[in-house]
Amino acid sequence: MIIDTVDQAKIEAAKEQPWAALGLKQDEYNSIKEILGRRPTSSELAMYSVMWSEHCSYKSSKIYLRQFGEKVTPEMKKRLLVGMGENAGVVDIGEGLAVTFKVESHNHPSYIEPFQGAATGVGGIVRDILTMGARPIAVMDQLRFGAPEHPDTARVVHGVVDGISFYGNCLGLPNIGGETVFDKVYQGNPLVNALSIGVLKHGDLKLAKADKVGDLVILFGARTGADGIGGVSVLASDTFDADGPSRRPAVQVGDPFAEKVLIECCLELFAAGCVSGIQDLGGAGISCATSELASNGGKGMKVQLKKVLLRDESLTPEEILMSESQERMMAIVPKRHLRAFKKIVDKHEVEYSVLGKVINEDRLLIYWGEQEIVNVPPRTVAHDGPVYERPVRKPKWQAPLNAASVQARGLYRANNNTTDLAAQFVQIISSPNQADKSYITGQFDRYVGGNTALAYPDGAGMIRVSEETGLGVALSTDANGRYCQLDPYQGARLALAEAYRNVATSGAKPIAVTNCLNFGSPENPGVMWQFKQATTGLADGCLELGIPVTGGNVSFYNQTGDVAIFPTPVVGVLGVIDDVARRIPSGWQDEGNNIYLLGVTKDELDGSVWSEVVHDYLGGRPPAVDLEFEKRLAELLHGASLQGLVASATDLSEAGLAQALTESVLRFNMGARVWISELCERDGIDKTSALFSESTGRVLVSVGREDDVKFVGLCDARNIPVLRIGVTDNTGELEIQDLATWKLSDLRNSWVATLPELFS
Amino acid sequence: MKIGVVTFPGSLDDRDAARAIRLAGGEPVSLWHADKSIKKVDAVVLPGGFSYGDYLRCGAIAAQAPVMKNIIKKAGEGLPVLGICNGFQILVESHLLPGGLIRNEKQHFVCRDQKLRVENVDSAWTSAFQKGDEITIPLKNGEGGYIATDETLKMLEGEGLITFRYLEVNPNGSMNDIAGLRNERGNVVGLMPHPEHAVEPGFGPDSPVAMRSGVDGLKFFQSVLRSVISA
Repeated sequence: MIIDTVDQAKIEAAKEQPWAALGLKQDEYNSIKEILGRRPTSSELAMYSVMWSEHCSYKSSKIYLRQFGEKVTPEMKKRLLVGMGENAGVVDIGEGLAVTFKVESHNHPSYIEPFQGAATGVGGIVRDILTMGARPIAVMDQLRFGAPEHPDTARVVHGVVDGISFYGNCLGLPNIGGETVFDKVYQGNPLVNALSIGVLKHGDLKLAKADKVGDLVILFGARTGADGIGGVSVLASDTFDADGPSRRPAVQVGDPFAEKVLIECCLELFAAGCVSGIQDLGGAGISCATSELASNGGKGMKVQLKKVLLRDESLTPEEILMSESQERMMAIVPKRHLRAFKKIVDKHEVEYSVLGKVINEDRLLIYWGEQEIVNVPPRTVAHDGPVYERPVRKPKWQAPLNAASVQARGLYRANNNTTDLAAQFVQIISSPNQADKSYITGQFDRYVGGNTALAYPDGAGMIRVSEETGLGVALSTDANGRYCQLDPYQGARLALAEAYRNVATSGAKPIAVTNCLNFGSPENPGVMWQFKQATTGLADGCLELGIPVTGGNVSFYNQTGDVAIFPTPVVGVLGVIDDVARRIPSGWQDEGNNIYLLGVTKDELDGSVWSEVVHDYLGGRPPAVDLEFEKRLAELLHGASLQGLVASATDLSEAGLAQALTESVLRFNMGARVWISELCERDGIDKTSALFSESTGRVLVSVGREDDVKFVGLCDARNIPVLRIGVTDNTGELEIQDLATWKLSDLRNSWVATLPELFS
Repeated sequence: MKIGVVTFPGSLDDRDAARAIRLAGGEPVSLWHADKSIKKVDAVVLPGGFSYGDYLRCGAIAAQAPVMKNIIKKAGEGLPVLGICNGFQILVESHLLPGGLIRNEKQHFVCRDQKLRVENVDSAWTSAFQKGDEITIPLKNGEGGYIATDETLKMLEGEGLITFRYLEVNPNGSMNDIAGLRNERGNVVGLMPHPEHAVEPGFGPDSPVAMRSGVDGLKFFQSVLRSVISA
């Protein structure tokens, strides 16, 4: 093995280096040389190339993500213990407790190797949460697949679902919800986003920093292998002798058992006060962990790479630096705690190795035996990467697409044909995106931990955090790529509004936001315009709602050839509830309750499920959003839940009233009689809009007769339009007057059969 | 009344089992796989999870753990032992119960609210039920298909050792719809579904009374408390 040392780099200045093959641009390579005052060694080049990649450096998105930190009021920051930039944001939820939550993408690996891609996606996000000093308590996943009938879709669906099931279930984390969407735009670019949430006491917060000189740098957990080495394989085969490891799988391989042991081991280490800083090893492996810990601590680090425990002894130093082997952590441990550290890792039979120590010098020094192979200022690797202001241009197709509304196109509405309209109802609720998802969620453990208060098919997930008081958190995530394609600014606000409403509908109070921004190539000015619009829309929306973005993730390059996915900014909203016993169910349980529709229904069918499923059409402008109204609606639901006035609440979003009615009757098998004529009259809309419009700011609630007057009074006092549109009725039927009557068993069969028929 | 809950590396439902014991009125005591001692407990629960990553065969490595030596010995002397899911697999691998558990028929992990019929109440863990009771508790497993030789099945059926049978849906292809078994003495019971997830209103399966409020699992733990007191 030929080692390229710092001394070598000084002497042999003109050596050709494979910077382009590693994904660096000429000017980026030049600035590395400028920073170092010489050419980088091959190890340094490898580190910079990975850390300056889009994935690690956010170089194209940074200038827009800043808005999330800038568009905030002091009020919004009150609950924020840790904001953006750390592994995950941390929010105060009262009672001395805090939660940390984040959603992250694992899109590209999940297309190449769906099972391992999705599995390690779960593993990665859970380690991010753990790194904050929190016990992970739940996971969710946001999935986007290609067209259901496309021959390749089943491969991806089965792999991804099996991967999440395999990894998540073995970790003992309940899966409390998520999203599954099919659309041909995701055919070659499925989206696999994973969310995790963790809980910690205020005082237990851990940060990824190495700021005490002399503290030890310890790598522990799984051994380092050759998995997950992307760019470096190119380097290895270009620069080194041919008999070393060359082409390596770029997708990591996960071992959930090792992760579960690591979680328990870390929590015990935290409780014993053994570590002063901690960082998980995810993308860019040791390169990332060492440089970020040192940079965050404002100190340096001296590391002996030969101390790294390996699965494959033939790995080169560059590969060790880049390996993305899973289930590893790096701890900063004061020397006096080494014995206690060792006792705990030994108890869990976790391997560890002391790699080096924190030094009082602004350098990251990495040695391979006697040879110095890295000598860089840590900040230049971890934080001072390039920042781009990429060209932004509204796509030419945008204006014509917006002009081609459902109205302008004159799409057929079955207002006067009851048979057709009833058929559309069933066609829509049994379409793959609207149909029952238990084929997928039934493969995930939602019970483990014994604290799951709500999970699919409920609109939001909810987890009890304190067994003593019942304090809990609710979570919902949403994104609608079709809306975002029509208007990315509005689409992001719509996703925010829906997630916010879902949380409010559960009885919780929304307090914080996370996001996972899935887009096409940032080198495409049209995509950059979408990104700019979406981030601006989200930041503006959060400011209006008064809840902060605590962190997030960006995934670019989700495109095949020149065709990008629909912009898909997944927005997650976290809510807090003082006692989960007070949560609002999402379906009807009791007979004889009045059914009320809150909010106003407009003729808003552009981008709707109706336009997609019935007419295979996309054009126009997405529904309007009134966040001030959403806020009032949320306050109403919160108030009603405190007084125990509502028996159930379901938000209206995709597929409008039709979907909300279906889910409400099927949740507990309680029938209903519903009329829509008054709604049509009051709001000046036709039957198609009444059933399928996707106007925002609407919730369907059921109220016991004894609470009727009080509830309507509450709505009036808050100026929320309220209309009684039906009663629950234990007949085993859903009757919509002047339209149709369905047996619940028939409706259920249509709703449930779709996904098993496609994928079983 | 002290009931031990063993934590193996990869155990997941150990906290849930401890909570269930507490809610039933017992005192949970945590036991560690690498310790030989079982701390003078009056009964033991082997909880669900993926002990040792389920490498080799589910439950096979756990069956060899230091703590199991003692548990196997004491079980032979009449100590009540309940194995839930992975715990059932461990009991089978320890030969405390006959047969084996294989990959679900449909090859997928299944999580569902499962209806069961109580077939036998002559055991330390089922005495609070009535024979023929229909109960609903969560089931969640990837390898829960019960198999046994014809001879063993005949013996189990003949001697009334089948304690629970799946109703309506057989979720994993188990022979004779077997969901759980007891040993001849009645102190050892193993089952795939999870009684510890149906013990607290608000966090269990849906019940006719209210959302997520089924508590049919509580009787498992009440049974053992009763049997230990009367013993």
